[in-house]
Amino acid sequence: MTMDSQQTSDVRPRLSLGPLLYYWPRERVLDFYAEMLETPVEVIYLGETICSKRRQLRPEDYWDLAEQVSAAGKQAVISTLALIESEGELKTLQRLCADRRFLVEANDLGALDFLEGHAFVTGHSINLYNHRTLEFLAKRGLRRWVLPVELGRETARELITRRPEGVECELFAFGRLPLAYSARCFTAYNRGLGKDDCQFCCMDDPDGLTILTQEGDAFLTLNGIQTQSASTHSLLPVLDEVSALGVDVLRISPQSQHTADVIGVFNACLRGELDTAEGTARLAAWAPSGLCDGYWSGAAGYATGPVAVGMPR
Amino acid sequence: MELVCPAGNLPALKAAVDHGANAVYLGFRDDTNARHFAGLNFGEKQITEGIRYARDRGVKVFVAVNTYAQPNGWERWQAAVDRAADLRVDALILADMGVLDYAAERHPNLTLHLSVQGSATNPAAIGFMHRHFGIQRVVVPRVLSLAQVKSLIQQTPVPVEIFGFGSLCVMVEGRCLLSSYATGQSPNTFGACSPAAHVEWRDTAEGQETRLGGILLERRRHGEPAGYPTICKGRYLVDGQLRYAIEEPTSLNTMDILPDIMAAGVSAIKIEGRQRSTRYVSEVTRVWREAIDACKRNPAAFQPKDSWRQALAKVSEGTQTTIGPYERQWH
Repeated sequence: MTMDSQQTSDVRPRLSLGPLLYYWPRERVLDFYAEMLETPVEVIYLGETICSKRRQLRPEDYWDLAEQVSAAGKQAVISTLALIESEGELKTLQRLCADRRFLVEANDLGALDFLEGHAFVTGHSINLYNHRTLEFLAKRGLRRWVLPVELGRETARELITRRPEGVECELFAFGRLPLAYSARCFTAYNRGLGKDDCQFCCMDDPDGLTILTQEGDAFLTLNGIQTQSASTHSLLPVLDEVSALGVDVLRISPQSQHTADVIGVFNACLRGELDTAEGTARLAAWAPSGLCDGYWSGAAGYATGPVAVGMPR
Repeated sequence: MELVCPAGNLPALKAAVDHGANAVYLGFRDDTNARHFAGLNFGEKQITEGIRYARDRGVKVFVAVNTYAQPNGWERWQAAVDRAADLRVDALILADMGVLDYAAERHPNLTLHLSVQGSATNPAAIGFMHRHFGIQRVVVPRVLSLAQVKSLIQQTPVPVEIFGFGSLCVMVEGRCLLSSYATGQSPNTFGACSPAAHVEWRDTAEGQETRLGGILLERRRHGEPAGYPTICKGRYLVDGQLRYAIEEPTSLNTMDILPDIMAAGVSAIKIEGRQRSTRYVSEVTRVWREAIDACKRNPAAFQPKDSWRQALAKVSEGTQTTIGPYERQWH
């Protein structure tokens, strides 16, 4: 049975806070989440998704935070590593998946092996591109999926229309786009260090390390083994369309400054207290390398608005 | 250990078969495979002839349907799977869980391999795909060190294939969106990284510029060698310094560690390059056949011959090669 998207069109999406993708000192992380508990996000994803060497917070700390999130009346979801290579990483993943107190977000296929038969979420790095994959995973316990970030409105609409009952769709709605993962730590590489002797240098870049083209345009952000966009992806300009499609959850990705402000703007727009053009103007001030939304219309991810695909400048 | 060679068209397939491949892999002429380039791949007539040519000489044929299907266009992936099944290919190389689910249900006797684009790097991921779809081989992404490959082989019942030679993907395959960030088209959605229609070469006063989707990836002095432009091998400003911030323009060559690869229990070694020339396929297949045979005879004494190195260097993209992630220092 599929949900009628018409029925859901007058329900506005809820807001979620994605997992923290950067490496911040422990106190800063704890302060950040204390602040986030006061915001209108209804779902908070907690956990290290990028690098297993980042251990300012351990699984126990994330579970403690998850308890606080639940106590604040929000849904806590434990998020897991996006690229599992070593046995140690696999063991930690297994442990996180075995704890049944909280919903778990799978970001590597390996997590599905541990989560099958229990309720789970798939993150944007699980390749759910079509209805058959959606149906297959729903039978294994999928309760919510985050659309892979390169997919746009056309596929979102098809999947939402055809989704099995009780499965929610979440979109990556604000933040630097997660574009790729590697065995190599690019932060360490550019500091002249190896990954095994990284000296945790990614902590120097609370929003990642932005690299520019030879023309001086901010292009990508290096965040350990992850490559992100330099521009900040924002679906605020298409908020009404996204809501009408029946999207359930919109994800705000944490950044070092103004995360609560960003949440405030999205919330005000969802409540009809602020129009999206005015909201977007405010967001632009908090996106140091500009805003983009090209993926949503099927264009290049870095594009803005309904432009032709990959046009030379 | 099987030698699996690329066949972008019928002449390349014949070259691979003639020069010692144990298996060739190829794709249909559409976006269902990850080398979706103009003029490449197999139509009905070529594939029938290619399969016959390979079979007569005891060489297996694998078909790659290894991109990700979206609801709009799903029928193409389904048709590609059905076609491969009708052709009785030796294996179908798939990445998408939905397509795997369809193939396993509709064609239970068809041998399925998990493509490198399937992005399975650990025993749990491989176990999941094996349990549900009965995959009989996994091609692992170029992110594991050889020690990790060895450990993986010990922990999974599924035979492991690795990339041994050719272009080097720096990112975990199947989850790299750099190309679509610049162009709207990625290996997952379109079957190509840096689709040719979005690449621009331009001579300017400052040098030769290469752009993808309008974004400047590289500006080099006139006469400096230039490989096919990908974002991961571009040169960027990092804290004001111009550098190859992701990876230098290198390609993969693991021949130096071939005895270790064999000792690790790797089942098959794959040569990248369906988009390359027939001469590339001939030379690389010939050299790797000789190397594998020599290594099998006497692994302890194995050393790549100078003549092999020279032959491979001639056809390598760019001038440098690397053992890449198989060596821990690369990480």
